[in-house]
Amino acid sequence: MKSNIRALYFLPYVLWILLFVVVPILLIIYYSFFNIEGTFSVENYEKFFTPVYLKMALSSFWYAFLITAFSLLIAYPTALLLTKTKHKQLWLLLIILPMWINLLLKAYAFLGIFGTYGIANHFLELMGVGAKQILFTDFSFVFVSVYIFVPFMILPIFNALEKLNPTLVDAAKDLGASPWITFRRVIFPLTLDGVKSGCQAVFIPALSLFMITRLIAGNRVITLGTAIEQHFLVTQNWGMGATIAVFLILAMVIIMFLTGNRK
Amino acid sequence: MNRKWKVSNIYLIVVFFILYAPIFYLIYYSFNSGGKMHHFENFTLDWYKEVLQDVRLLIIVLNTIVIALLSAAISTIIGVFGALAIYSVKTRRVKNTLLSLNNVLLVSPDVIIGASFLILFTIVGIQLGFISVLLSHIAFSVPIVVLMVLPKLQEMSPTLIDAARDLGASQWNVITKVVIPYITPGIFAGFFMALTYSLDDFAVTFFVTGNGFSTLSVEIYSMARQGISLTINALSTLIFLLTILLVIGYYFITLRYNRPGRLGGRK
Repeated sequence: MKSNIRALYFLPYVLWILLFVVVPILLIIYYSFFNIEGTFSVENYEKFFTPVYLKMALSSFWYAFLITAFSLLIAYPTALLLTKTKHKQLWLLLIILPMWINLLLKAYAFLGIFGTYGIANHFLELMGVGAKQILFTDFSFVFVSVYIFVPFMILPIFNALEKLNPTLVDAAKDLGASPWITFRRVIFPLTLDGVKSGCQAVFIPALSLFMITRLIAGNRVITLGTAIEQHFLVTQNWGMGATIAVFLILAMVIIMFLTGNRK
Repeated sequence: MNRKWKVSNIYLIVVFFILYAPIFYLIYYSFNSGGKMHHFENFTLDWYKEVLQDVRLLIIVLNTIVIALLSAAISTIIGVFGALAIYSVKTRRVKNTLLSLNNVLLVSPDVIIGASFLILFTIVGIQLGFISVLLSHIAFSVPIVVLMVLPKLQEMSPTLIDAARDLGASQWNVITKVVIPYITPGIFAGFFMALTYSLDDFAVTFFVTGNGFSTLSVEIYSMARQGISLTINALSTLIFLLTILLVIGYYFITLRYNRPGRLGGRK
Protein backbone atom coordinates (compact mmCIF):
# COMPACT_ATOMS: atom_id res chain seq x y z
CA MET A 1 0.00 0.00 0.00
CA LYS A 2 1.17 3.45 -0.77
CA SER A 3 2.05 5.24 2.40
CA ASN A 4 0.45 8.61 1.62
CA ILE A 5 -3.05 7.16 1.34
CA ARG A 6 -2.53 5.08 4.43
CA ALA A 7 -1.38 8.17 6.28
CA LEU A 8 -4.53 9.96 5.18
CA TYR A 9 -6.78 7.59 7.04
CA PHE A 10 -4.45 6.73 9.87
CA LEU A 11 -3.82 10.31 10.86
CA PRO A 12 -7.32 11.47 11.91
CA TYR A 13 -8.11 8.22 13.66
CA VAL A 14 -4.88 8.01 15.62
CA LEU A 15 -5.24 11.67 16.48
CA TRP A 16 -8.72 10.94 17.80
CA ILE A 17 -7.42 8.04 19.91
CA LEU A 18 -4.66 10.18 21.40
CA LEU A 19 -6.75 13.27 22.06
CA PHE A 20 -10.00 11.77 23.25
CA VAL A 21 -9.07 8.38 24.64
CA VAL A 22 -5.52 8.39 25.97
CA VAL A 23 -5.11 12.00 27.07
CA PRO A 24 -8.43 12.23 29.01
CA ILE A 25 -7.62 9.13 31.06
CA LEU A 26 -4.15 10.47 31.85
CA LEU A 27 -5.67 13.83 32.78
CA ILE A 28 -8.10 12.17 35.20
CA ILE A 29 -5.23 10.34 36.89
CA TYR A 30 -3.11 13.50 36.92
CA TYR A 31 -5.86 15.61 38.49
CA SER A 32 -6.57 13.03 41.17
CA PHE A 33 -3.26 14.01 42.77
CA PHE A 34 -4.25 17.61 43.37
CA ASN A 35 -6.15 18.63 46.47
CA ILE A 36 -8.66 21.47 46.52
CA GLU A 37 -5.93 24.09 47.04
CA GLY A 38 -4.14 22.86 43.95
CA THR A 39 -1.08 21.36 45.61
CA PHE A 40 0.27 17.99 44.62
CA SER A 41 -0.60 15.35 47.22
CA VAL A 42 -2.24 12.01 47.85
CA GLU A 43 -4.74 13.69 50.16
CA ASN A 44 -7.68 12.75 47.91
CA TYR A 45 -6.80 9.09 48.08
CA GLU A 46 -6.52 9.28 51.87
CA LYS A 47 -9.92 10.94 51.91
CA PHE A 48 -11.40 8.24 49.73
CA PHE A 49 -10.49 5.63 52.33
CA THR A 50 -12.34 7.42 55.11
CA PRO A 51 -15.68 5.88 56.18
CA VAL A 52 -17.73 8.60 54.46
CA TYR A 53 -16.49 7.80 50.98
CA LEU A 54 -16.14 4.07 51.52
CA LYS A 55 -19.73 3.88 52.68
CA MET A 56 -20.84 5.82 49.63
CA ALA A 57 -18.86 3.52 47.32
CA LEU A 58 -20.27 0.43 49.01
CA SER A 59 -23.85 1.62 48.82
CA SER A 60 -23.32 2.54 45.20
CA PHE A 61 -22.12 -1.00 44.52
CA TRP A 62 -25.05 -2.42 46.46
CA TYR A 63 -27.59 -0.45 44.43
CA ALA A 64 -25.87 -1.37 41.16
CA PHE A 65 -25.95 -5.00 42.24
CA LEU A 66 -29.68 -4.82 43.09
CA ILE A 67 -30.48 -3.12 39.79
CA THR A 68 -28.48 -5.72 37.83
CA ALA A 69 -30.03 -8.64 39.71
CA PHE A 70 -33.62 -7.45 39.21
CA SER A 71 -32.96 -6.62 35.55
CA LEU A 72 -31.62 -10.13 35.02
CA LEU A 73 -34.58 -11.71 36.83
CA ILE A 74 -37.03 -9.89 34.58
CA ALA A 75 -35.00 -9.98 31.38
CA TYR A 76 -34.10 -13.65 31.20
CA PRO A 77 -37.66 -15.05 31.14
CA THR A 78 -38.68 -12.27 28.77
CA ALA A 79 -35.89 -13.13 26.34
CA LEU A 80 -36.62 -16.83 26.64
CA LEU A 81 -40.32 -16.34 25.93
CA LEU A 82 -39.55 -13.92 23.11
CA THR A 83 -37.56 -16.56 21.25
CA LYS A 84 -40.65 -18.78 21.35
CA THR A 85 -43.08 -16.26 19.90
CA LYS A 86 -44.13 -16.33 16.29
CA HIS A 87 -43.13 -12.87 15.12
CA LYS A 88 -39.83 -12.76 16.98
CA GLN A 89 -38.28 -9.86 15.12
CA LEU A 90 -41.34 -7.66 15.55
CA TRP A 91 -41.47 -8.28 19.29
CA LEU A 92 -37.75 -7.65 19.55
CA LEU A 93 -38.20 -4.37 17.71
CA LEU A 94 -40.87 -3.42 20.23
CA ILE A 95 -38.46 -4.20 23.07
CA ILE A 96 -35.71 -2.14 21.46
CA LEU A 97 -37.89 0.87 20.67
CA PRO A 98 -38.01 2.19 24.26
CA MET A 99 -34.20 2.03 24.28
CA TRP A 100 -34.16 4.83 21.72
CA ILE A 101 -36.32 7.08 23.83
CA ASN A 102 -34.38 9.60 25.80
CA LEU A 103 -33.58 8.40 29.32
CA LEU A 104 -34.66 11.68 30.82
CA LEU A 105 -38.15 11.46 29.39
CA LYS A 106 -38.59 8.01 30.88
CA ALA A 107 -37.35 9.21 34.27
CA TYR A 108 -39.60 12.24 34.00
CA ALA A 109 -42.66 10.08 33.34
CA PHE A 110 -42.12 8.45 36.71
CA LEU A 111 -42.18 11.82 38.43
CA GLY A 112 -45.85 11.87 37.48
CA ILE A 113 -46.61 8.19 38.04
CA PHE A 114 -44.99 7.98 41.48
CA GLY A 115 -46.04 11.47 42.56
CA THR A 116 -48.27 12.08 45.56
CA TYR A 117 -51.41 12.11 43.40
CA GLY A 118 -49.97 9.91 40.67
CA ILE A 119 -51.48 6.75 39.28
CA ALA A 120 -49.37 4.48 41.52
CA ASN A 121 -50.81 6.03 44.67
CA HIS A 122 -54.25 6.03 43.15
CA PHE A 123 -53.86 2.31 42.63
CA LEU A 124 -52.65 1.78 46.21
CA GLU A 125 -55.67 3.63 47.51
CA LEU A 126 -57.99 1.48 45.45
CA MET A 127 -56.30 -1.58 46.87
CA GLY A 128 -56.96 -0.23 50.33
CA VAL A 129 -53.32 0.27 51.23
CA GLY A 130 -53.54 4.03 51.18
CA ALA A 131 -51.29 6.63 49.63
CA LYS A 132 -47.61 6.36 50.36
CA GLN A 133 -44.51 8.40 49.68
CA ILE A 134 -43.11 6.58 46.66
CA LEU A 135 -41.04 9.22 44.96
CA PHE A 136 -37.67 9.97 46.57
CA THR A 137 -37.30 6.51 48.09
CA ASP A 138 -34.86 3.68 47.46
CA PHE A 139 -37.69 1.68 45.93
CA SER A 140 -38.46 4.26 43.26
CA PHE A 141 -34.77 4.59 42.44
CA VAL A 142 -34.28 0.86 41.92
CA PHE A 143 -37.60 0.50 40.06
CA VAL A 144 -36.91 3.29 37.59
CA SER A 145 -33.34 2.13 37.02
CA VAL A 146 -34.48 -1.42 36.35
CA TYR A 147 -37.15 -0.07 34.03
CA ILE A 148 -34.53 1.82 32.07
CA PHE A 149 -31.96 -0.99 31.95
CA VAL A 150 -34.12 -4.04 31.27
CA PRO A 151 -33.99 -3.72 27.45
CA PHE A 152 -30.18 -3.58 27.62
CA MET A 153 -30.27 -6.90 29.47
CA ILE A 154 -32.86 -8.53 27.20
CA LEU A 155 -30.98 -7.86 23.99
CA PRO A 156 -27.71 -9.79 24.62
CA ILE A 157 -29.60 -12.67 26.28
CA PHE A 158 -31.99 -12.85 23.34
CA ASN A 159 -29.04 -12.96 20.93
CA ALA A 160 -27.37 -15.71 22.93
CA LEU A 161 -30.60 -17.74 22.98
CA GLU A 162 -30.95 -17.33 19.24
CA LYS A 163 -27.46 -18.71 18.73
CA LEU A 164 -28.21 -21.72 20.90
CA ASN A 165 -28.48 -24.86 18.82
CA PRO A 166 -32.07 -26.14 19.31
CA THR A 167 -31.02 -29.75 18.79
CA LEU A 168 -29.17 -29.59 22.11
CA VAL A 169 -32.44 -28.81 23.89
CA ASP A 170 -34.17 -31.61 22.00
CA ALA A 171 -31.37 -34.00 22.92
CA ALA A 172 -31.73 -33.10 26.60
CA LYS A 173 -35.47 -33.72 26.41
CA ASP A 174 -34.96 -37.05 24.61
CA LEU A 175 -32.58 -38.13 27.31
CA GLY A 176 -35.32 -37.54 29.85
CA ALA A 177 -34.40 -34.20 31.36
CA SER A 178 -37.25 -32.22 32.88
CA PRO A 179 -37.79 -28.68 31.58
CA TRP A 180 -36.12 -27.26 34.68
CA ILE A 181 -33.08 -29.54 34.37
CA THR A 182 -32.84 -28.69 30.66
CA PHE A 183 -32.84 -25.04 31.53
CA ARG A 184 -30.35 -25.31 34.39
CA ARG A 185 -27.92 -27.72 32.74
CA VAL A 186 -28.21 -26.86 29.06
CA ILE A 187 -29.88 -23.58 28.20
CA PHE A 188 -28.52 -21.36 30.96
CA PRO A 189 -24.85 -22.46 30.78
CA LEU A 190 -24.86 -22.07 27.03
CA THR A 191 -26.27 -18.54 27.18
CA LEU A 192 -23.99 -17.44 30.01
CA ASP A 193 -22.04 -15.20 27.64
CA GLY A 194 -25.19 -13.22 26.89
CA VAL A 195 -25.97 -12.93 30.60
CA LYS A 196 -22.44 -11.70 31.23
CA SER A 197 -22.54 -9.01 28.59
CA GLY A 198 -25.99 -7.99 29.78
CA CYS A 199 -24.72 -7.63 33.35
CA GLN A 200 -21.80 -5.61 32.08
CA ALA A 201 -24.14 -3.34 30.12
CA VAL A 202 -26.24 -2.72 33.23
CA PHE A 203 -23.82 -2.75 36.15
CA ILE A 204 -21.34 -0.14 34.93
CA PRO A 205 -23.95 2.50 34.00
CA ALA A 206 -25.83 1.72 37.22
CA LEU A 207 -22.71 2.66 39.19
CA SER A 208 -22.42 5.96 37.45
CA LEU A 209 -25.97 7.21 36.96
CA PHE A 210 -26.52 10.63 38.28
CA MET A 211 -29.63 12.17 36.87
CA ILE A 212 -31.94 9.42 38.09
CA THR A 213 -30.58 9.79 41.61
CA ARG A 214 -31.26 13.49 41.39
CA LEU A 215 -34.70 13.34 39.79
CA ILE A 216 -36.19 10.18 41.26
CA ALA A 217 -34.28 9.52 44.45
CA GLY A 218 -34.12 13.17 45.42
CA ASN A 219 -30.46 13.03 46.48
CA ARG A 220 -31.20 10.23 48.95
CA VAL A 221 -29.09 7.82 46.95
CA ILE A 222 -25.56 8.85 46.12
CA THR A 223 -23.81 6.75 43.53
CA LEU A 224 -20.21 7.10 42.42
CA GLY A 225 -21.54 9.00 39.40
CA THR A 226 -23.48 11.46 41.54
CA ALA A 227 -20.39 12.08 43.66
CA ILE A 228 -18.25 12.76 40.59
CA GLU A 229 -20.83 15.14 39.17
CA GLN A 230 -21.16 16.88 42.52
CA HIS A 231 -17.40 17.41 42.82
CA PHE A 232 -16.91 18.59 39.26
CA LEU A 233 -19.91 20.81 38.76
CA VAL A 234 -21.08 21.89 42.21
CA THR A 235 -18.24 22.01 44.72
CA GLN A 236 -15.59 22.49 42.00
CA ASN A 237 -13.27 20.07 43.79
CA TRP A 238 -11.95 18.50 40.59
CA GLY A 239 -9.18 16.61 42.38
CA MET A 240 -11.58 14.64 44.55
CA GLY A 241 -13.93 14.09 41.62
CA ALA A 242 -11.03 12.75 39.58
CA THR A 243 -10.03 10.43 42.43
CA ILE A 244 -13.52 8.93 42.56
CA ALA A 245 -13.39 8.66 38.78
CA VAL A 246 -10.12 6.69 39.06
CA PHE A 247 -11.84 4.22 41.36
CA LEU A 248 -14.83 4.03 39.04
CA ILE A 249 -12.47 3.24 36.14
CA LEU A 250 -10.81 0.57 38.28
CA ALA A 251 -14.20 -0.93 39.12
CA MET A 252 -15.08 -0.89 35.44
CA VAL A 253 -11.87 -2.69 34.46
CA ILE A 254 -12.45 -5.35 37.12
CA ILE A 255 -16.05 -5.90 36.01
CA MET A 256 -15.03 -6.13 32.37
CA PHE A 257 -12.35 -8.62 33.34
CA LEU A 258 -14.87 -10.72 35.31
CA THR A 259 -17.52 -10.64 32.60
CA GLY A 260 -15.14 -10.79 29.65
CA ASN A 261 -15.80 -13.47 27.09
CA ARG A 262 -12.16 -14.26 26.49
CA LYS A 263 -11.26 -17.89 26.76
CA MET B 1 -49.66 -27.10 27.12
CA ASN B 2 -52.42 -24.58 26.54
CA ARG B 3 -52.23 -23.22 30.07
CA LYS B 4 -48.49 -22.90 29.85
CA TRP B 5 -48.87 -20.87 26.69
CA LYS B 6 -51.25 -18.59 28.52
CA VAL B 7 -48.94 -17.98 31.49
CA SER B 8 -46.00 -17.15 29.27
CA ASN B 9 -48.09 -14.83 27.15
CA ILE B 10 -49.40 -13.03 30.20
CA TYR B 11 -45.84 -12.54 31.38
CA LEU B 12 -44.80 -11.02 28.07
CA ILE B 13 -47.86 -8.81 27.96
CA VAL B 14 -47.15 -7.53 31.47
CA VAL B 15 -43.53 -6.77 30.56
CA PHE B 16 -44.60 -4.93 27.43
CA PHE B 17 -47.28 -3.07 29.34
CA ILE B 18 -44.81 -1.85 31.96
CA LEU B 19 -42.31 -0.97 29.25
CA TYR B 20 -44.77 1.22 27.38
CA ALA B 21 -47.17 2.44 30.06
CA PRO B 22 -44.97 5.31 31.33
CA ILE B 23 -44.47 6.60 27.81
CA PHE B 24 -48.18 6.62 27.06
CA TYR B 25 -48.91 8.05 30.49
CA LEU B 26 -46.66 10.95 29.56
CA ILE B 27 -48.35 11.42 26.20
CA TYR B 28 -51.86 11.14 27.64
CA TYR B 29 -51.32 13.95 30.11
CA SER B 30 -49.79 16.22 27.49
CA PHE B 31 -53.41 16.85 26.45
CA ASN B 32 -54.58 17.67 29.98
CA SER B 33 -55.83 21.19 30.53
CA GLY B 34 -55.43 20.70 34.28
CA GLY B 35 -51.70 21.38 34.23
CA LYS B 36 -50.76 18.35 36.37
CA MET B 37 -49.77 14.78 35.61
CA HIS B 38 -52.86 13.50 37.43
CA HIS B 39 -56.54 14.29 37.26
CA PHE B 40 -57.33 14.66 33.59
CA GLU B 41 -59.64 17.63 33.14
CA ASN B 42 -60.22 18.58 29.54
CA PHE B 43 -58.59 17.93 26.23
CA THR B 44 -56.33 20.74 25.16
CA LEU B 45 -53.51 21.44 22.73
CA ASP B 46 -52.31 24.44 24.72
CA TRP B 47 -49.08 22.77 25.81
CA TYR B 48 -48.15 22.04 22.22
CA LYS B 49 -48.87 25.64 21.31
CA GLU B 50 -46.66 26.72 24.17
CA VAL B 51 -43.82 24.49 22.96
CA LEU B 52 -44.11 25.75 19.40
CA GLN B 53 -44.23 29.38 20.47
CA ASP B 54 -41.27 29.19 22.82
CA VAL B 55 -38.49 30.72 20.73
CA ARG B 56 -35.79 29.82 23.23
CA LEU B 57 -36.88 26.19 23.17
CA LEU B 58 -36.95 26.14 19.37
CA ILE B 59 -33.41 27.50 19.27
CA ILE B 60 -32.37 24.71 21.62
CA VAL B 61 -34.07 22.14 19.38
CA LEU B 62 -32.23 23.62 16.42
CA ASN B 63 -28.93 23.48 18.33
CA THR B 64 -29.54 19.84 19.15
CA ILE B 65 -30.27 18.94 15.53
CA VAL B 66 -27.28 20.89 14.18
CA ILE B 67 -24.97 19.24 16.72
CA ALA B 68 -26.38 15.79 15.92
CA LEU B 69 -26.06 16.14 12.15
CA LEU B 70 -22.61 17.73 12.23
CA SER B 71 -21.18 15.34 14.81
CA ALA B 72 -22.66 12.32 13.02
CA ALA B 73 -21.22 13.42 9.68
CA ILE B 74 -17.74 14.17 11.02
CA SER B 75 -17.57 11.10 13.24
CA THR B 76 -18.69 8.94 10.31
CA ILE B 77 -15.75 10.23 8.27
CA ILE B 78 -13.25 9.66 11.08
CA GLY B 79 -14.86 6.32 11.90
CA VAL B 80 -14.61 5.08 8.31
CA PHE B 81 -10.95 6.11 8.25
CA GLY B 82 -10.52 4.30 11.55
CA ALA B 83 -12.13 1.12 10.25
CA LEU B 84 -9.91 1.26 7.15
CA ALA B 85 -6.89 1.80 9.38
CA ILE B 86 -7.71 -1.14 11.64
CA TYR B 87 -8.49 -3.28 8.60
CA SER B 88 -5.20 -2.47 6.93
CA VAL B 89 -3.09 -3.35 9.97
CA LYS B 90 -1.67 -6.80 9.48
CA THR B 91 -0.05 -7.44 12.87
CA ARG B 92 -2.53 -9.06 15.21
CA ARG B 93 -1.26 -7.34 18.34
CA VAL B 94 -1.44 -3.84 16.89
CA LYS B 95 -4.92 -4.58 15.58
CA ASN B 96 -6.14 -5.73 18.99
CA THR B 97 -4.58 -2.73 20.71
CA LEU B 98 -6.31 -0.37 18.28
CA LEU B 99 -9.61 -2.16 18.81
CA SER B 100 -9.34 -2.02 22.60
CA LEU B 101 -8.50 1.68 22.49
CA ASN B 102 -11.45 2.14 20.15
CA ASN B 103 -13.82 0.51 22.61
CA VAL B 104 -12.70 2.46 25.68
CA LEU B 105 -15.21 5.25 25.10
CA LEU B 106 -18.00 2.78 24.38
CA VAL B 107 -17.76 1.11 27.77
CA SER B 108 -16.75 4.11 29.85
CA PRO B 109 -19.51 5.56 31.99
CA ASP B 110 -20.81 8.89 30.73
CA VAL B 111 -19.72 10.76 33.85
CA ILE B 112 -16.11 9.79 33.29
CA ILE B 113 -16.21 10.80 29.64
CA GLY B 114 -17.87 14.07 30.62
CA ALA B 115 -15.51 14.85 33.48
CA SER B 116 -12.36 14.01 31.54
CA PHE B 117 -13.47 16.05 28.52
CA LEU B 118 -14.25 18.95 30.84
CA ILE B 119 -10.68 18.83 32.13
CA LEU B 120 -9.34 18.49 28.59
CA PHE B 121 -11.27 21.48 27.22
CA THR B 122 -10.38 23.63 30.20
CA ILE B 123 -6.66 22.83 29.85
CA VAL B 124 -6.59 23.34 26.09
CA GLY B 125 -8.54 26.54 26.52
CA ILE B 126 -11.61 25.74 24.45
CA GLN B 127 -14.53 27.75 25.68
CA LEU B 128 -17.44 25.65 26.85
CA GLY B 129 -20.32 25.94 24.45
CA PHE B 130 -21.13 24.88 20.91
CA ILE B 131 -17.58 23.83 20.01
CA SER B 132 -16.93 21.79 23.15
CA VAL B 133 -20.28 19.99 22.85
CA LEU B 134 -19.70 19.30 19.16
CA LEU B 135 -16.17 17.98 19.78
CA SER B 136 -17.29 15.65 22.54
CA HIS B 137 -20.21 14.33 20.51
CA ILE B 138 -17.83 13.60 17.64
CA ALA B 139 -15.44 11.95 20.08
CA PHE B 140 -17.91 9.52 21.61
CA SER B 141 -19.59 8.67 18.28
CA VAL B 142 -16.42 7.64 16.43
CA PRO B 143 -16.05 4.16 18.04
CA ILE B 144 -19.59 3.06 17.22
CA VAL B 145 -19.09 4.03 13.56
CA VAL B 146 -15.89 1.97 13.50
CA LEU B 147 -17.74 -1.00 14.95
CA MET B 148 -20.52 -0.70 12.36
CA VAL B 149 -18.15 -0.39 9.40
CA LEU B 150 -15.44 -2.89 10.35
CA PRO B 151 -17.55 -6.08 9.95
CA LYS B 152 -18.51 -4.98 6.43
CA LEU B 153 -14.82 -4.57 5.56
CA GLN B 154 -14.02 -7.96 7.03
CA GLU B 155 -16.72 -9.74 5.08
CA MET B 156 -15.54 -8.15 1.85
CA SER B 157 -13.60 -10.64 -0.23
CA PRO B 158 -9.95 -9.51 -0.65
CA THR B 159 -10.07 -10.82 -4.22
CA LEU B 160 -12.23 -7.79 -5.08
CA ILE B 161 -9.35 -5.50 -4.25
CA ASP B 162 -6.85 -7.71 -6.07
CA ALA B 163 -9.06 -7.75 -9.14
CA ALA B 164 -9.37 -3.97 -9.12
CA ARG B 165 -5.59 -3.60 -8.77
CA ASP B 166 -5.00 -6.10 -11.61
CA LEU B 167 -7.31 -4.09 -13.80
CA GLY B 168 -5.13 -1.08 -13.18
CA ALA B 169 -7.06 0.83 -10.54
CA SER B 170 -5.03 3.27 -8.53
CA GLN B 171 -4.96 3.08 -4.75
CA TRP B 172 -7.41 5.97 -4.58
CA ASN B 173 -9.73 4.33 -7.10
CA VAL B 174 -9.71 1.07 -5.18
CA ILE B 175 -10.99 2.88 -2.12
CA THR B 176 -13.55 5.13 -3.77
CA LYS B 177 -14.84 2.75 -6.43
CA VAL B 178 -14.61 -0.65 -4.73
CA VAL B 179 -14.27 -0.44 -0.96
CA ILE B 180 -16.55 2.50 -0.15
CA PRO B 181 -19.51 1.26 -2.26
CA TYR B 182 -19.19 -2.15 -0.66
CA ILE B 183 -19.26 -0.85 2.90
CA THR B 184 -22.01 1.74 2.28
CA PRO B 185 -24.62 -0.09 4.41
CA GLY B 186 -22.17 -0.10 7.30
CA ILE B 187 -21.50 3.60 6.80
CA PHE B 188 -25.24 4.36 6.85
CA ALA B 189 -25.74 2.28 9.97
CA GLY B 190 -22.79 4.03 11.60
CA PHE B 191 -24.10 7.46 10.69
CA PHE B 192 -27.52 6.60 12.08
CA MET B 193 -26.07 5.26 15.32
CA ALA B 194 -23.92 8.37 15.70
CA LEU B 195 -27.03 10.49 15.15
CA THR B 196 -28.98 8.72 17.86
CA TYR B 197 -26.01 8.74 20.25
CA SER B 198 -25.80 12.47 19.86
CA LEU B 199 -29.55 13.10 20.18
CA ASP B 200 -29.75 10.83 23.18
CA ASP B 201 -26.77 12.07 25.12
CA PHE B 202 -27.34 13.87 28.33
CA ALA B 203 -24.52 13.22 30.78
CA VAL B 204 -21.52 14.15 28.63
CA THR B 205 -23.23 17.27 27.29
CA PHE B 206 -24.22 18.26 30.81
CA PHE B 207 -20.54 18.37 31.77
CA VAL B 208 -19.15 20.22 28.78
CA THR B 209 -21.93 22.67 28.02
CA GLY B 210 -21.35 26.16 29.27
CA ASN B 211 -23.86 28.66 30.52
CA GLY B 212 -25.08 30.04 27.23
CA PHE B 213 -25.46 26.84 25.27
CA SER B 214 -27.92 24.03 25.86
CA THR B 215 -29.21 20.95 24.11
CA LEU B 216 -32.64 19.44 24.47
CA SER B 217 -31.62 16.77 27.01
CA VAL B 218 -29.92 19.27 29.25
CA GLU B 219 -32.88 21.62 28.96
CA ILE B 220 -35.37 18.88 29.82
CA TYR B 221 -33.25 17.95 32.83
CA SER B 222 -33.24 21.47 34.20
CA MET B 223 -36.97 21.79 33.51
CA ALA B 224 -37.71 18.45 35.19
CA ARG B 225 -35.67 19.39 38.26
CA GLN B 226 -38.10 22.21 38.83
CA GLY B 227 -40.98 19.75 38.91
CA ILE B 228 -43.74 18.78 36.57
CA SER B 229 -44.70 21.03 33.71
CA LEU B 230 -46.90 19.73 30.93
CA THR B 231 -44.82 21.52 28.30
CA ILE B 232 -42.24 18.78 28.94
CA ASN B 233 -44.97 16.23 28.24
CA ALA B 234 -45.87 17.91 24.97
CA LEU B 235 -42.20 18.14 24.03
CA SER B 236 -41.69 14.47 24.93
CA THR B 237 -44.59 13.43 22.73
CA LEU B 238 -43.05 15.26 19.79
CA ILE B 239 -39.65 13.70 20.48
CA PHE B 240 -41.25 10.27 20.83
CA LEU B 241 -42.90 10.60 17.41
CA LEU B 242 -39.62 11.76 15.88
CA THR B 243 -37.79 8.81 17.45
CA ILE B 244 -40.28 6.34 16.00
CA LEU B 245 -39.92 7.94 12.57
CA LEU B 246 -36.13 7.68 12.81
CA VAL B 247 -36.23 4.04 13.86
CA ILE B 248 -38.67 3.16 11.08
CA GLY B 249 -36.47 4.99 8.60
CA TYR B 250 -33.44 3.12 9.83
CA TYR B 251 -35.16 -0.23 9.48
CA PHE B 252 -36.16 0.56 5.91
CA ILE B 253 -32.60 1.52 5.08
CA THR B 254 -31.19 -1.71 6.50
CA LEU B 255 -33.94 -3.73 4.79
CA ARG B 256 -33.13 -2.15 1.47
CA TYR B 257 -29.44 -2.83 1.74
CA ASN B 258 -29.67 -6.29 3.19
CA ARG B 259 -31.74 -7.62 0.32
CA PRO B 260 -29.85 -10.46 -1.28
CA GLY B 261 -28.49 -9.86 -4.74
CA ARG B 262 -27.75 -6.28 -3.92
CA LEU B 263 -24.35 -5.70 -2.48
CA GLY B 264 -24.92 -2.19 -1.31
CA GLY B 265 -23.31 -0.55 -4.28
CA ARG B 266 -25.18 1.80 -6.51
CA LYS B 267 -24.90 1.67 -10.29
